[in-house]
Order: sequence, then C-alpha cells, then structure tokens
Amino acid sequence: MAIITYRQALHDTLRSELLRDPDVFLLGEEIGVFEGSYKITAGLLTEFGPERVRDTPIAEEGFVGAAIGAAMLGLRPVVEIMTINFSILAMDQIVNHAAKIHTMFGGQSKVPMVIRTPGGGGQQLAATHSQNLEVWYAHVPGLKVVVPATPADAKGLLAASIRDDDPVMFIEHLALYNTKGEVPDGDYVTEIGKAAVMKEGSDITIVSYSRMAAVALDVAKRLEEDEGISAEVVDLRSLRPLDRETILASVRKTNKAVVLEEDWLSYGVGAEIAATIQEGAFDYLDAPVRRVAAAEIPLPYSKPLELAALPDATALVKVIHETLDATRFHG
Amino acid sequence: MPTARKTSAAPPAQKKTATKSPGKKAAAAFPGEPADRLRDYYRQMQLIRRFEERSAEMYQRAKIGGYCHLNLGEEATVVGLMDAMTSRDYLFTTYREHGYAIARGIEPSRVMAELFGRTTGVSKGWGGSMHLFDVDARLLGGYGIVGGQIPPATGAALAIAYRGPGGPETEAVACQVGDATTNIGAWHESLNLAAIWKLPIVYVVINNRLGMGTPVEKAAGEPDLYKRGCAYRIPGVRVDGNDVVACREAMTEALRLAREERQPSILEATSWRLRGHSVVDPAKYRTKEEARRLHDLDPVAAYRKQLLDSGVADAAELAAIDSDVEARVNAAVEFADNSPHPSPDQLFAHAYATPVANAPAELPGEPLISEIRRDRSVAV
Repeated sequence: MAIITYRQALHDTLRSELLRDPDVFLLGEEIGVFEGSYKITAGLLTEFGPERVRDTPIAEEGFVGAAIGAAMLGLRPVVEIMTINFSILAMDQIVNHAAKIHTMFGGQSKVPMVIRTPGGGGQQLAATHSQNLEVWYAHVPGLKVVVPATPADAKGLLAASIRDDDPVMFIEHLALYNTKGEVPDGDYVTEIGKAAVMKEGSDITIVSYSRMAAVALDVAKRLEEDEGISAEVVDLRSLRPLDRETILASVRKTNKAVVLEEDWLSYGVGAEIAATIQEGAFDYLDAPVRRVAAAEIPLPYSKPLELAALPDATALVKVIHETLDATRFHG
Repeated sequence: MPTARKTSAAPPAQKKTATKSPGKKAAAAFPGEPADRLRDYYRQMQLIRRFEERSAEMYQRAKIGGYCHLNLGEEATVVGLMDAMTSRDYLFTTYREHGYAIARGIEPSRVMAELFGRTTGVSKGWGGSMHLFDVDARLLGGYGIVGGQIPPATGAALAIAYRGPGGPETEAVACQVGDATTNIGAWHESLNLAAIWKLPIVYVVINNRLGMGTPVEKAAGEPDLYKRGCAYRIPGVRVDGNDVVACREAMTEALRLAREERQPSILEATSWRLRGHSVVDPAKYRTKEEARRLHDLDPVAAYRKQLLDSGVADAAELAAIDSDVEARVNAAVEFADNSPHPSPDQLFAHAYATPVANAPAELPGEPLISEIRRDRSVAV
C-alpha cells in the first residue's frame, strides 16, 4: 500500500496494462510527445513507442471511431479525450456505434475500448470547458460509465475497464488529479457496477460520486467530529450499471438521504438516485430526498460566480441540517 | 474475430470452375476473361437483382419492417468489387448492403431472414435490413448512420497495421460509402488519419448521383468524388460502375496499394440507382426522360446482352441461370418465413459482452429493485 496521487494511479495503471497485454494501446491528442494535457501519459511514449502511445490529430469523431474499429478486430484501445466537453464531437461514434455494435449485430462483435476523459468545473475554464456530462452517457444502454473518486478506484476501475470487453466511459475529474490516497500494490482490479460505502453512519445517507464524493466524505467526517452526526457516504463509482441495492441498504438504515452531484440538477444523476430511493425505500423515508447540484446555468469564468454556481461543502451541510431538522433529529 | 482464412479471391458460394475457351467475339468483348467467370458474374448479378425485387415485394407485404434500401442498378458494381476482395479482407458498408452480403458469399436465405427479423438472420434479428453483419464472412457491418462506418473501418485498418507490416498476403479493409457521405466530417477526419498513419484501406464511393434526392453537384464542392482525397494526398480513381470487370480490376489495384504499399485510396464507381432511395420512395424528383434513360442503363440487362452478343453464353444457358436464381430466392423467402422470431426472453442476451454487477435487465413495468420483486406491497 502506497500513498500516491490520482494522477499517478492512472499513469501507473496505464503503464502496467501496456506491459501486461500487447493488444492494449493508447491514442489521443497530445498524449505522446506532449505527455498529455494533464500529464497522465508522461514517459509512456519513450517507454512504449509511437505505435502503442499514438498521438492523434484533433479529430475526436475520427479517432474515437478508429478505436471502435480497432477494438472490433480484437485490440484494446484506451482513448484519451482531452476533456469531456470535447467528447460531444465524438457523440455519434460513442452513442450510435460503440454502444450499439455488440447488441445490434447479435453479439458477434465485442468493442473492448476505454474512453478516458476528465470532466468537472472549478478551474475557471468557463462555460464550454467545465461541464459534467456523465449523465448523457449513463443514459445509454451498451455503455458502461465509471466515475472514480479516489486514487485506489482510479487504479482498480481503470484496470477493470481496460480488461472489460465492452466500451467504458472512464470519467476522471480535473480537481482530483492531485488528490492523494492509499493505493493497493500489485495487480488490483475493482469490480465495475458496485458502489462503495466510503464511511459508515446511521443518521443520514449522502450519495455521491467523483470529486463530490470526496467533498461528501470530508463533510461527513466533520459533522461527526463537530456535531455528532453520523453520516454514511455512498460513492457510486459506476453510473451505469448503477448499484441500487447498496444505496437502498444504506437508506433503509438511515431513513434519510441527500445526493451531492456536480452535474446540473434537472434530469441529473440525483434524479435517478431519488427515484430509486422512493421506489425501493419509500416506507423507510423520514424526509424527502434532497439534491445538492450545480446551478442551472452555463458555468461562468468569474471566480465568485463560478463558486456560486458549483455545489460545495457549505451547501451540503445546509441541506443535511434541513433534512435532519425536518425529522426533528437531535444528534 | 476468426483467424485469417487463406483462400482464393472468390467467396465460397461462387467457386470458379475450369473454363471452356471463349470464342473470338468473347475475347474481343472481355479480353482474358474465362467464360465461366463471366457467366458466374451474371449469376451473382441476377441473384442480387431478384433478391432485391423480392425484398421490395416482401416489404410491401409487410414481411419486412423499418427502412429497406435496395441495390437495384448497382449489381455490376457490387459483384465486381466483391470479387476483388479476398476472404481475409474486411468490409464495412452502408445500409444499402443486401447485395454486398450476398456477393460476399453469405447465403441469401440468412440475409432474407434478417430482413424478416428472424433468429436465423445474419444478425439474429437484431439489426434488420440496415445492419447486416457476419463475422465469418468478415462483413463487419451495414451501418444505418450515414458515414458512421468510416471511422471504425479506418480503425480496423489501424489494427491491421498495428499487427504487422504490409505485403501481398496481408489483410485490407474496404469501406464503402455513398456519394453524399463524402460531405460529412467523419469522412474527412478518417481520410486524414488513414493518410498520416498509412493504413491499408480502400474508400469505395458508390456515386449514384443522388443523395436521397439531392444531386451530387448541389451537395459537393468537388463533385468529382475520386478527387476528394487530394487534401490528404490520397489518390483516387473513377470507374464505370456498370462494368463489372472494370470494377473488379480497379478494386484489385486499390487493394494491392492498401496491402503492399499501405497506401489508402479512393475508388469511385459511378452507378445508377434504378428506383427510389428506399422501397417507399416514389422518386418523384426524377423526370420522365430520366426514368426512361435509367431503363437503358440497367446493368443486368446490358450485361446479359453483352454475354449473348459476344457468344459467352446462349439464351438457354442464361435461362437456366435465371431459373436457378429464381429457385434460390424463392427458397430464401421460404426459409425466412419459416424461421422463428426471437423470443422476448432473449431481450438481454447480447446486452453486454462482459457481464457486470447490477446491469439492468427488467421489462417495462417490472421493478428495478429486488426488495419490490420479493414483495410488491413494498412499493405501495
């Protein structure tokens, strides 16, 4: 067990998968000579050469589609799209092709590919470069969508995604790259489709994923120390498939739930979670399920405006208190 | 994927046999072409022609659903192109692909069964007319989205290049598109990738002069479509799509370039769509004169006349072929009609290649949550 960054965990896993399987190769914009916009692929071109760490022109539809075809012939391409905002340019290939080919052709062809791409706001990158579009992909059967929050899951879920025979959207977060955590040594694979209980608790459930799961964990620890509130934190880890049973088991125990998500509120991940909870734990609920999400506006550049638009610990604490108050909870 | 099968250029269903020597007239009309091969081309063209005519009929009888696009008028192009491909080559094509599947050696009965949506269809009833797929024939898909196949086809060529250098026995990819597809972004992005990565691929443009109803000249800034690779230094040639031998020869050379020199190229085959864009299109955008002229450009009738005039075949031989073809198409329809529909309990059979935890597999109205499945009163 070593303490490393989320970025290092991704880098090391790419490297070990390249070493493990000659069919694995990387492609994307500026991943080779430039070593990646966020330096996830630093050093890999030198070690593995330009065939296996392949720089592409700026042509998202072209190179994502090329990865699909290479995967159909049995290779395991790992595509880096510089940010999730640019994945929209490849939407036809991801949604109409990667997600469909296995099913639509009667199971005759697999598409074992991974699309790695960071999402999220908070870097003053303004409206077109700060989006959380994971729910667009999570809506589509045929795709798998994983959203690791910790360095350990970055490693375990990336290894699982590369070894999986289906197309996986592997969604990273710009603000997580420098976060540190314990990562198991050696070959470490995390099952796709299972949520994690990051912290156990008995008073309220916080459901979250990606960077917001890290925020939720901090808030839960603080509430426990400062106010004696025992919050349980469920990190979804995978948006498709969604581990409904883990969410429900937690809510049946705590009887209250808040969702913390960085995407926009309407039709967002939280809507699916809230629907799941009312369907599967209606009688257990002591209060309405609340959602803390991004303000419904294209994200502004100005720092005060950006901060106002994004969900944060303060907003989560407020909604947790409101939910507890609604049940006349006294910690 | 299957391992490469090393066989002759002919797909299994159209084995070439020893030839009798053609007469002088034949030698003049088809220099160097064995008569048996020429007759076999006729057989394949007629098979596609009758298959498509019967498909239209089955569509009108509601045996076939959805969209249905026919290769009528493109028979010579299809047969010539496919004869140039070996069984190790991969084909990515469009939603107008019934003929390609048949010329690739897939049994017409399995193609018709797919149009009928039956389990015995090439895509097990999942794809329909627009999405024929046969992994053994290396037909890696008909694609319903215009140009959707171009990036994956380019990636298949990348996989071939990834695995080793070029040579006469190596694999290549044929990516077939229609004329209007040369205007989309995926076309240009893919050509650029193929050029910089030197991929073994032939982009085959079937230019039938019309998008759905929009003429090429109104849609393309460079209506000489074989020139549309110039910006990427990708060479192109144009061939008369009504000339089956010319199509084969041009495709053979394009595939050689791809295989041996890793030089991607464009092959434009000019052709005429004899009917509307799809079965339901009455083609009102065509003038009466144009429709009459199309009748004269029917490649099957023209080829038949050529064979008779040159003495390659006599009327009795062609009648025998027609009769065989008729029986085969009838058998295909019968096979399709007698094949079972997929059972609804197979709805999730091909959901994911790698099963994962918590993958949803509920029908509409069924609870997603196991607690409710155990006790439905939990939900109320």
